[in-house]
Amino acid sequence: MSSLFFWRKKREEEAGEGFDTNTQAPELAADNSELTPATLPKRSSKKAIRSLFSSTKFDPEDLEALEELLIQADFGLTSSEAIVAAVMKKAKDQGASSEAELRKILAQVIELELKTDSQALNLSTGKLPYVFLVVGVNGAGKTTTIGKLANWLTEGSWSVVLGAADTFRAAAVNQLATWSERAGAKLVAPKTDGQDPASVAFEAVETAIESNSDIVIIDTAGRLQNKADLMDELSKIRRVIEKRAEISEVLLVIDATTGQNGLAQAKAFAKAAEVTGIVLTKLDGTAKGGIAFAIQKELGIPIKLVGMGEGINDFAFFDANEFAIGLVA
Amino acid sequence: MFGNLSDRLAETFKNLRGKGRLSAADIDATLREIRKALLEADVALEVVKNFIQSVRDRALGDEVSSALNPAQQVVQIVNDELIKILGGEPRKLRFGKTAPTVIMLAGLQGSGKTTLAGKLAKWLVSEGETPLLVAADLQRPNAVEQLTILGGKISVEVFAPEVGSGSGDPVKVAKDSIAHAKSMGLSVVIVDTAGRLGVDQEMMQQAANIRDAVKPDETLFVIDSMLGQDAVNVAKAFEDGVGISAVVLAKLDGDSRGGAALSVTSVTGKPIIFTSTGESLDAFEPFYPDRMASRILDMGDVLTLIEQAQKAFDDDTVQEMALKLAKETFTLEDFLDQMQQLRKMGSLKSMLAMMPGAGQMRQQLDNLDEREIDRTEAIIRSMTPVERQNPKVLNGSRRTRIARGSGMTVTDVNSLVNRFEQAAKMMKTVAKGGTPQIPGMPAGVGGVVPRKKAKDKKKSGSKSGNPAKRAAELTGKEFGSKPPSGAGGSSFGIGN
Repeated sequence: MSSLFFWRKKREEEAGEGFDTNTQAPELAADNSELTPATLPKRSSKKAIRSLFSSTKFDPEDLEALEELLIQADFGLTSSEAIVAAVMKKAKDQGASSEAELRKILAQVIELELKTDSQALNLSTGKLPYVFLVVGVNGAGKTTTIGKLANWLTEGSWSVVLGAADTFRAAAVNQLATWSERAGAKLVAPKTDGQDPASVAFEAVETAIESNSDIVIIDTAGRLQNKADLMDELSKIRRVIEKRAEISEVLLVIDATTGQNGLAQAKAFAKAAEVTGIVLTKLDGTAKGGIAFAIQKELGIPIKLVGMGEGINDFAFFDANEFAIGLVA
Repeated sequence: MFGNLSDRLAETFKNLRGKGRLSAADIDATLREIRKALLEADVALEVVKNFIQSVRDRALGDEVSSALNPAQQVVQIVNDELIKILGGEPRKLRFGKTAPTVIMLAGLQGSGKTTLAGKLAKWLVSEGETPLLVAADLQRPNAVEQLTILGGKISVEVFAPEVGSGSGDPVKVAKDSIAHAKSMGLSVVIVDTAGRLGVDQEMMQQAANIRDAVKPDETLFVIDSMLGQDAVNVAKAFEDGVGISAVVLAKLDGDSRGGAALSVTSVTGKPIIFTSTGESLDAFEPFYPDRMASRILDMGDVLTLIEQAQKAFDDDTVQEMALKLAKETFTLEDFLDQMQQLRKMGSLKSMLAMMPGAGQMRQQLDNLDEREIDRTEAIIRSMTPVERQNPKVLNGSRRTRIARGSGMTVTDVNSLVNRFEQAAKMMKTVAKGGTPQIPGMPAGVGGVVPRKKAKDKKKSGSKSGNPAKRAAELTGKEFGSKPPSGAGGSSFGIGN
């Protein structure tokens, strides 16, 4: 085992070499207060949220059935039980029993649990360029999310740099390149095949600083959270970026169809990469994304963005109220 | 995979053990726990309900109350029922009556279709087929390119007349590919299609059109093992929209509890025929319901392990190795050979995970560093031929030189030599038909604690700290425990 640590350390040192860590990011004292999320085009996720009661009628007499509906929406056993208990208590307190009243209470319970102050993307504090790191398991929708996010930001007249640090999957770099063209963002791609992802991320940040860009979004290779080596690689990417700039958001992309494994994903990624927000993708399918509720509730990581299609505009800020109302509709 | 589900079930069964008689209350308590474990593993609610009902019916019946060991009987029932919902009998890939056999892949976005197409093609090549990969995903940016690169890696032809990324007609591409395969005399056509949602009418119609254009012998539904309760809706939507003939489980190497696997078959009636278990293009296996049930209940999957070993070790080498072991001339050089053979079997992790009781060391398994083998190889390669033949000549100065040559420390070299000597001793014992007695060893994964198993009496405990050695040993013994049945059945573990 000792040899294992020996090698790890060595590799990190090697990776560190060649990076001039002394240079500070240039001061960007320019007033950028007009660049707030408010100036970004408004979008709603309303159309993508599916009701819990789309195929089953809501029976106010049978709250056990409600628990089953929540389980089937991937809220998980614990959260489902907790929600039903809260609804029952509230209904009793208010003396509510009609279907309409109970639906309203259910929406309130869900919204209350999901509402936090940290729902918005961090686009207003710290130094430019803001660094976004996007992580997740294979096939969650990282690259697509980045394409949409980049386009959204450029529409709001932010200048964006994309870092193609997914150097593993075949053609991932090209996929991001296609998106960067669509979005009008600058792309930093690896110079050689299979270049160390941390060094690509570093170069992307470097490029953003040199070109006075506002935001740099780093794409990473999909990885399953139980692969220790790959999770270590993620921590390393983080550390290397931090030599050059502060990281303002680490977004974990979760497929809305994911089941309870999403909790394990969030735990592992939070540990390795200090996740600051969840992007819930593919909400335009039949899945209801209950797992995001479980993640926010159990781990305190807020849901920030919602993806709902392959179109460049199929994308919105997460809105707890919209989500709760949509679920009980 | 299935990690936590196994753990949960094992915990549940523990409470039953040692009870001479099971009351209805005992069984109900157990079933409640099983229900919880299955729901937390994302098994679809309707499937859980049916499963619990059938286990309950049988557990309360005569077969348990009259059994000598009722707890064991309950485990057996759960095992049976698991096999049942996993599809019962294994099903093989169906080939067409006339070439080319057409296989169409369908599934949600990001379920792993393109990667799977590459793996399937590679597997088909190993089965003696000549596959053609067809890039009919013209939706996702650069999906065509991804498939082209994959094809290049495994030297399989890729039919990609369109650049994709939103342009071109996938139906035409699919149709033309069949004519192309015929003209080239290729035996199998694998059509990769764009990911689509079950509710997307337009895209489902397109999939149906592709199906009608190519008339597939197999329409494989590729599903992400991490899928939640929605898996059944998705599967139903694809069954209704395209009509699927079988299911492929992707990303099974994660720590997902695999509920989707347990749900889709019983809901759609379509069998799972393959699983995809890792980043490498070799990480692809046919699916066996009974073996998967054993894995879920942590009874190990030794059969798959043996098959993989048979694929990797050729007969002559095995004979030679057995001879060397018996004559005590097993050297570091042979050890190096053996390691390279082992590597052909695939990742050590996935092999070790198939061993009975592997659930207990899952944590260590996840953290096992495959590069440990690279390092061992580097050390041996830094030795002179004389040193490899006879490690006894390794004095201090030689060891320092080897350490420097391999970029390791002298301690690493020492530990390798020590472990090799112990392993050689152990193998000798095994070769003579004895049971190795090795004290707890350092490094690598902690020792495997063998479990008493009614079925696999012949497996004796291995405790090598080196995963390579342990696996080598295991395969050796497993070969030996089977009567030599035709090619590849002989052993280097037991002098036979």
